[in-house]
Amino acid sequence: MEELLQYLFSGITNGAIYAVIALGFSMLYNATDLINFAHGEFVMLGGLGLVTFWTVFNLPLPVAFILAAGMGGFAGFLFERLAIRTVSKPQPIVLVIITVGASIFLRGAAMLVWGKDAHGVPDFSSHEPIDIFGATLLVQSLWILGIVLIMVAGLHFFYNRTLTGKAMQACAINKRAAWLTGIPANKMVLLAFIISTSLGAAAGVIIAPVTMCSYDMGTMLGLKGFCAAMLGGLGSLWGALIGGFLLGSLESLGVGFFSSGLKDAIAFILLLLILYIRPQGIMGTADSKRF
Amino acid sequence: MCDMLLSRINPIRFAFFFLVIALVGLLVDNAYYQQVLILIGINTLLAVGLNMLMGYAGQISLGHAAFYGIGAYTTAILTAKYQIYPWIALVIAILLAVAIAVVVGLPTLKLSGYYLGMGTLGFGMIFNIIFREWSSLTGGASGFVGIPSLSIGSLSFESGRNYFYLVWFSVWSVFLICSRIINSRAGRALRSIHDSENASMAVGVDTMTLKLQVFVLSAAFSALAGFLYAHYISFISPGSFDFLMSVRMVTMVVIGGMASIWGALLGASLLTLLPEWLHAFSEFEMVVYGLVLMLVMILMPQGLTRGILDIYERSREKYRK
Repeated sequence: MEELLQYLFSGITNGAIYAVIALGFSMLYNATDLINFAHGEFVMLGGLGLVTFWTVFNLPLPVAFILAAGMGGFAGFLFERLAIRTVSKPQPIVLVIITVGASIFLRGAAMLVWGKDAHGVPDFSSHEPIDIFGATLLVQSLWILGIVLIMVAGLHFFYNRTLTGKAMQACAINKRAAWLTGIPANKMVLLAFIISTSLGAAAGVIIAPVTMCSYDMGTMLGLKGFCAAMLGGLGSLWGALIGGFLLGSLESLGVGFFSSGLKDAIAFILLLLILYIRPQGIMGTADSKRF
Repeated sequence: MCDMLLSRINPIRFAFFFLVIALVGLLVDNAYYQQVLILIGINTLLAVGLNMLMGYAGQISLGHAAFYGIGAYTTAILTAKYQIYPWIALVIAILLAVAIAVVVGLPTLKLSGYYLGMGTLGFGMIFNIIFREWSSLTGGASGFVGIPSLSIGSLSFESGRNYFYLVWFSVWSVFLICSRIINSRAGRALRSIHDSENASMAVGVDTMTLKLQVFVLSAAFSALAGFLYAHYISFISPGSFDFLMSVRMVTMVVIGGMASIWGALLGASLLTLLPEWLHAFSEFEMVVYGLVLMLVMILMPQGLTRGILDIYERSREKYRK
């Protein structure tokens, strides 16, 4: 029982991270029909950004947080303007390779700036771990969950209560129709890029204390976040949340009860299962073709 | 029109290619150049198989490194652990890759677009994890050592030159097979799937079977490449067959130019040579590699073959005026 609870705690913590990464994927997919293979690298940028701003420059944590997330957003802005927008005949496969090129570039750049070593940062607050029915809950886990919930609520508010958010939703439904009603569709794409990449960077910031940050941490996180997005249904925000938490919990249960070597396989086995059984994902209603 | 020209079987072109291989093999003495050429050949085998799938049938795969790995690991385990004759191991490796391709392809190829990409990605990752975690059989993360070199009777392929000929005449044969297929009824049906799957179904093309056949064919070529790689390098590790390798294969196809077997050769050469050239940049290697990848795709989204032909045609028009 204690073991189960312990696995669930760590699963939910990981799940929250996957959920945020999946949210970034889904947002961008909604706005642009593009899958950004460099998304994991923005998570890495966030984590390493926090290392620099918080532990090297000694800025206060909230400022460092905002700077690190903002750095991710700015990198996303440059990425969209310089690499994505400039393609003359955008075919999906060409865009995919450009994002792959960007991910290699960002990894290389991070290696130059931060070196090959892994960096750690302390927890956001120095409290003792909490004991719940014999299982320990790290305080950082609470930070992660809290911040993720705030981000999700913020995103929900943005989509449903602000004009810009509604315009972005309109673009996701039909870009051309939205453009005809006077919504600047191109600006919405740019904005989606910025929000998506800063969400990724924020995910990197909040997990920095629980994992070591290094230039190559992003790839696996990105792919896992991707599995979570597919699991929940690509393009669905609630789906991304459900997919993330489901993946995190199943992964940590699998590691606990089977073997730790299996950890990375679980995400991809789930991915294949959902693709074969229900390609549109748990929450998705998308028009994924299967016959 | 140019695509047609590039893919039409042309006996002269194949004879010329044969001659070039024979000459290059004779003239290149430097061991380093021989090694680079052999690796280009192996990558070309990978790219041309995937090009059949992506360029002609229009189906993306982000997990083809799995078949490359299956070829390499099967022959490594059979020859080094069980002392099976390598050429029998080659047959078993290809059959195994084919069998796995059928089992994986049947459900996966029903998907399309990004969903197909993700399905193949997932299966590629799972195989990479198997290579890494099944350490009693595969040697785990530290790799598999002691793969014997190849020979036929008294003819040994240990020297660079002999291995060069082995690899490049495999490439030559695979090119011939591919161009025969492309110009057959099946090849035309494949291209119709690429243009519109629904339309080709409507005119009576059995799209599912065809897609599966091409998937299996490309898996077999990848397994052959894996076999040649394992016996050449004599050491394999899961890192050579990971997600990045799958992506590199796709990149070779797209950069070279889809739907052109010669484009596959060009793409494979570029992606093999690029890291070699970039060694000079040492620390900046990854940054430059990523930049080159992005720039080629931004400037020539149709791939190098098409891009260079475009530039050539444009300059010719200029001179005419």
